[in-house]
Amino acid sequence: MLSIKNLHASIDGKEILKGLSLDVKAGEVHAIMGPNGSGKSTLASVLAGREDYEVTEGEVTLDGVNLLEMAPEDRAREGVFLAFQYPIEIPGVSNINFLKTAVNEIRAYKGLPPMEAKEFLQRVKEKQKLVEFDAKLANRSLNEGFSGGEKKRNEIFQLAMLEPKLSILDETDSGLDIDALRIVANGVNTLRSQNNAFVVITHYQRLLDYIVPDYVHVLYKGKIVRSGTKELALELEEKGYDWLKQSVDAAENATI
Amino acid sequence: MRKGMVLVGSNGVKKPRLKQGRGMSANNDEILKELAVEEYKYGFTTDIEMDIAKVGLSEETVRFISAKKGEPEWLLEWRLKAFRHFQKMQLPQWQNFKHPDVDFQSISYYAAPKAKPQVDSLEDVDPELLETFAKLGIPLNEQKVLAGVVAVDAVFDSVSVKTTFREKLKEQGVIFCSFGEAVKEHPELVKQYLGTVVPQTDNIYAALNAAVFSDGSFVYIPKGVHCPMELSTYFRINAQNTGQFERTLIVADEGAYVSYLEGCTAPMRDENQLHAAVVELIAMENAEIKYSTVQNWYPGDKDGKGGIYNFVTKRGICKGNNSKISWTQVETGSSITWKYPSVILKGDNSVGEFYSVALTRNHQIADTGTKMFHIGKNTRSKIISKGISAGVSQNSYRGMVQIGKGADKARNFTQCDSLLIGDRCGAHTFPYIEAKNKSAMLEHEATTSKIGEDQIFYLNQRGIDPEKAVGLIVNGYAKEVLNQLPMEFAVEAQKLLSISLEGSVG
Repeated sequence: MLSIKNLHASIDGKEILKGLSLDVKAGEVHAIMGPNGSGKSTLASVLAGREDYEVTEGEVTLDGVNLLEMAPEDRAREGVFLAFQYPIEIPGVSNINFLKTAVNEIRAYKGLPPMEAKEFLQRVKEKQKLVEFDAKLANRSLNEGFSGGEKKRNEIFQLAMLEPKLSILDETDSGLDIDALRIVANGVNTLRSQNNAFVVITHYQRLLDYIVPDYVHVLYKGKIVRSGTKELALELEEKGYDWLKQSVDAAENATI
Repeated sequence: MRKGMVLVGSNGVKKPRLKQGRGMSANNDEILKELAVEEYKYGFTTDIEMDIAKVGLSEETVRFISAKKGEPEWLLEWRLKAFRHFQKMQLPQWQNFKHPDVDFQSISYYAAPKAKPQVDSLEDVDPELLETFAKLGIPLNEQKVLAGVVAVDAVFDSVSVKTTFREKLKEQGVIFCSFGEAVKEHPELVKQYLGTVVPQTDNIYAALNAAVFSDGSFVYIPKGVHCPMELSTYFRINAQNTGQFERTLIVADEGAYVSYLEGCTAPMRDENQLHAAVVELIAMENAEIKYSTVQNWYPGDKDGKGGIYNFVTKRGICKGNNSKISWTQVETGSSITWKYPSVILKGDNSVGEFYSVALTRNHQIADTGTKMFHIGKNTRSKIISKGISAGVSQNSYRGMVQIGKGADKARNFTQCDSLLIGDRCGAHTFPYIEAKNKSAMLEHEATTSKIGEDQIFYLNQRGIDPEKAVGLIVNGYAKEVLNQLPMEFAVEAQKLLSISLEGSVG
């Protein structure tokens, strides 16, 4: 589904991603871990098309479609969803009105007519239940005055509503207490299917107890330096990142 | 911008460099320039034979207009008094923009469709004119609005063309007609109230209006009557080199209620055109008047050429106890908007409200706000002003809250917010407070914010393009004011805000 080849990206002239490659197939969940500053959030931003980042080399395709030349909204319409690390507040814009606009923009892109009001409200109801999202929040202004946990749950609610192909969760677990974490993870687990895929970016192994990944990758210095299964996450939890860093740095020095 | 481009890399070898999304260089400024400026869609003219006064302003002009309208002697005298005062007056200097050179001698002060339409039957109205109003979406044709709740008076250049739903309103004793008719049919009412809220000598443009006003609307709601439908006036400037000087007078007698809507458009012309209207509202004891405006006069082109000078005096008086006047305005048009819909809170426990959204872009200027004069006891006023500036426009809020000596326990709440789009526009706030009574309570809040790229990106990431995203954000920002508008108007206003911003943002 998602294919990233030799991706190089920089911000303000500083290269952050230095030749990252990754393949994600439909039905898979990939976890991306790594120490601070390794490029995890940059990867999320580049995939979503944030303008601050410049891609200098490499390619990214989603089901064969080149994402890099697309505007952010078109990537979203193609099925890329980013659950933000820090969801944005938009005062005065009701959550429901915003979602209706989003759903219908995506439908228009696919040549579909706007969704009937009844069908839309039915879907809202159904998905609210699925991700345990408070109906009161759905009617409030988008993220305005929401707690950190409520904002993250709203991201998952939006994800449920928009039914993307590829979901990227950017440190969705940060700032969540254990109950909220479980709710978010349950939401993701019920949304997992053979037709979609998830890239879960996280610092901590904790989230992966709830969202069990098929693959775990370690990002360091803008590259994936190790890939494995969920056991790799446990190993990192136990040993930290230092041993990996050292072996990578040593290998780098050896080539010079 | 969305194509990959080739640059010379640091090692001197040409390598492909792909631009992210819209491209890094495509920041707000770039997109500002890049996107086309939405054309003003009401910029057509109507080819109708017009009866136009000679260009120029003199006592003769005033007499000409009064004679054309077959007015009684007292009204001519009233006009002449205003004109003599006007001649002595100077243009004000306190506003936050350079006053344009207005040559009062180069304007024609009266223009009317030649085949003067009869007000009673649609068949007598020039079909061209009907077509024009259809283009504007005015429900002039009663067939179309039978199911609706709006009665309309349409003012085309200087003359009121057709007032719908007359009969139905008459049953309840409601008078809703053109100003000219009111002078003929209800002279005692006009004489009693005309100029009592905005005197002829109030300011130079009010004096000019009093001297040369050609038509407008008149509303009288009798005691205890809750007006059964929204009343609406639609103003249109069509002829070239004309000004529009209409007068609106609304009287709500004891315990009466009325909601009044006003909309306006004009063709696109390279020259500036002057619109100097006067609106007077009078609310007696326990009466309520709600006055809503959606102002979309031609704003000039993207280089600031042409457009309407919208210099309007609007004032209401809460004359009786427990009365209420509420102004709501959505201002998106005009090259310069200069007005302060105000309320004199004379009756005890009376309430004045002002809700405003003023959107400026390109070279537009708005200097608008309100004045609340607290005279009676326990009077309350609320001011919510939302400015939105884009392009190189200048948007000022100017407001005055005055608490008189006898206004025990008067209260005011003022909130004025400014939203900036891009970094070449200006937002200014000039709040004035004069409190002569120690028991008064005044609150003032002000904020200035910019539409964040983060906000736009967040909406983009959910499949919403940048223009729609800005439309959503702006409508969210203005929601508090839009909520005050009657339903159909609110929908129009929302669309207008989004459309007006097309091409202004990235």
